[in-house]
Amino acid sequence: MMGGYGGQFLAGILLTLEISVCSYLIGLIFGVLGAAAKLAPWRVLRVLGNLYTIIVRALPELLLLLIAFYVLAGALSGLAASVGLVKSDFSFSPFLVAVIALGFIQGAYVTEILRAGVLALPRGQSDAALALGLSFPVRWGRVLGPQVLRHALPALGNVWLNATKDSSLISIVGAFADVLKVSSLAAAATKQYILFYALAALCFLLISVVSMWILNALHIRSRRGLHIA
Amino acid sequence: MTAGAQAAVTLQGVNTSFGSNHVLRDISLTVAQGERVVICGPSGSGKSTMIRCINGLERYQSGHITVDGIALTRDATSLKRIRRDVGMVFQSFNLFPHLTVLENCVLAPMSVRGMKRAEAKALAMDYLGRVKIPEQARKYPNQLSGGQQQRVAIARALCMQPRVMLFDEPTSALDPEMVREVLDTMVELAGSGMTMLCVTHEMGFARQVADRVIFMDGGEIVEQGAPDTLFAAPKTERLQRFLAQILRSH
Ligand SMILES: Nc1ncnc2c1ncn2[C@@H]1O[C@H](COP(=O)(O)OP(=O)(O)OP(=O)(O)O)[C@@H](O)[C@H]1O
Ligand SMILES: [Mg+2]
Repeated sequence: MMGGYGGQFLAGILLTLEISVCSYLIGLIFGVLGAAAKLAPWRVLRVLGNLYTIIVRALPELLLLLIAFYVLAGALSGLAASVGLVKSDFSFSPFLVAVIALGFIQGAYVTEILRAGVLALPRGQSDAALALGLSFPVRWGRVLGPQVLRHALPALGNVWLNATKDSSLISIVGAFADVLKVSSLAAAATKQYILFYALAALCFLLISVVSMWILNALHIRSRRGLHIA
Repeated sequence: MTAGAQAAVTLQGVNTSFGSNHVLRDISLTVAQGERVVICGPSGSGKSTMIRCINGLERYQSGHITVDGIALTRDATSLKRIRRDVGMVFQSFNLFPHLTVLENCVLAPMSVRGMKRAEAKALAMDYLGRVKIPEQARKYPNQLSGGQQQRVAIARALCMQPRVMLFDEPTSALDPEMVREVLDTMVELAGSGMTMLCVTHEMGFARQVADRVIFMDGGEIVEQGAPDTLFAAPKTERLQRFLAQILRSH
């Protein structure tokens, strides 16, 4: 029935997951940096952080991806070539550009989520950690960070679900056979639109259901010690 | 109080402002090793700010503070050394809710003092025993009553084996029936010779353990002396008014 497209779908799911995971991890890094900038005592950093979240959340993701691919990546590789870092015919891998660009977009949302989580911490938590003499890494790694994450987990889960869907944007900038691309190619070739688009929908649904299941388990785990009294 | 011995804590001409709000005005205070000082005064008089300056939780604009002979400066090493030696207990307990009682107690000894887990655990169990809740070690803070949480907070601070303990209204957030158990713990601690600075309005506690009571108002130390003298014969009108208010509300 699937006319030999089964293997391609499987590979498509894996590619979709690969793009999602990579961009999400990059998004978390941008998010931590963005939140740190927005909460920093230095005005310059706060302004930069604000520009980041305002611009990225205002523009369509497609536009940002096109800018990253056709403007920034081109300019960067041109610059690198002009100073002799790379050969003149060098260009960045489209996968890398797309994943970083998608991560940069998610990072803006993660920034807001983490910032809210930090602001929701009672001041006494930081006071107690400081009074005990805990160093910066221990304060954030063992005391404040876990509490911020616990607060942020549901929202970070939403960003992940969006990441899986936005991963299909990658086919704009290159020949990537992610789930959506595979299904539209198969549908066009066989004219079995209903079958293959339904299959694509099913794949995304599957990813999402499994994700929610994992997120839920994480959420329960993260609430240890809470809401008991 | 042994004269001549190095002071546990000194403040000299300390001034603190938040914007245009001058919160501490030329505070000078010397606390001897083993001395127990109770600090009282109306809301907003600067009591919290003063004791938070001692372990660097609040900055001060001018003056000098030393703890055990170490000068408190903005330099990170002095802050680190002082915080290692100064324990603090807060009005709102501030236990870490995602960690068990035991984890709350071993975190700082392990990460700041570099203790092995087994050693830190033994120490924590010892202090949890002294505050009479060793059986709660595996629970999370929110599973305990307020009084129990505050006793854990005291044990957690003691696990760092501090030389000075600061208390900021440790019983103010507690239901009346739990105040006693926390005060008892503090009385016992006082009996062990710990240097203590305690912001509280528990006059009974002050009478029982304080070597000296300090009355603050408007960012200044207005009056100080032995508890019996101070409470029986307040010299200033401000202290008279304050004591009358305390008596009325208790
Ligand atoms: N972080 C801060 N930022 C700005 N103002 C502050 C800050 N902390 C304290 N203040 C101000 O400093 C003054 C003294 O506050 P402090 O908390 O030291 O008083 P207190 O004697 O402990 O009062 P209370 O009995 O209500 O705890 C108050 O006017 C308060 O508003
Ligand atoms: Mg106070």
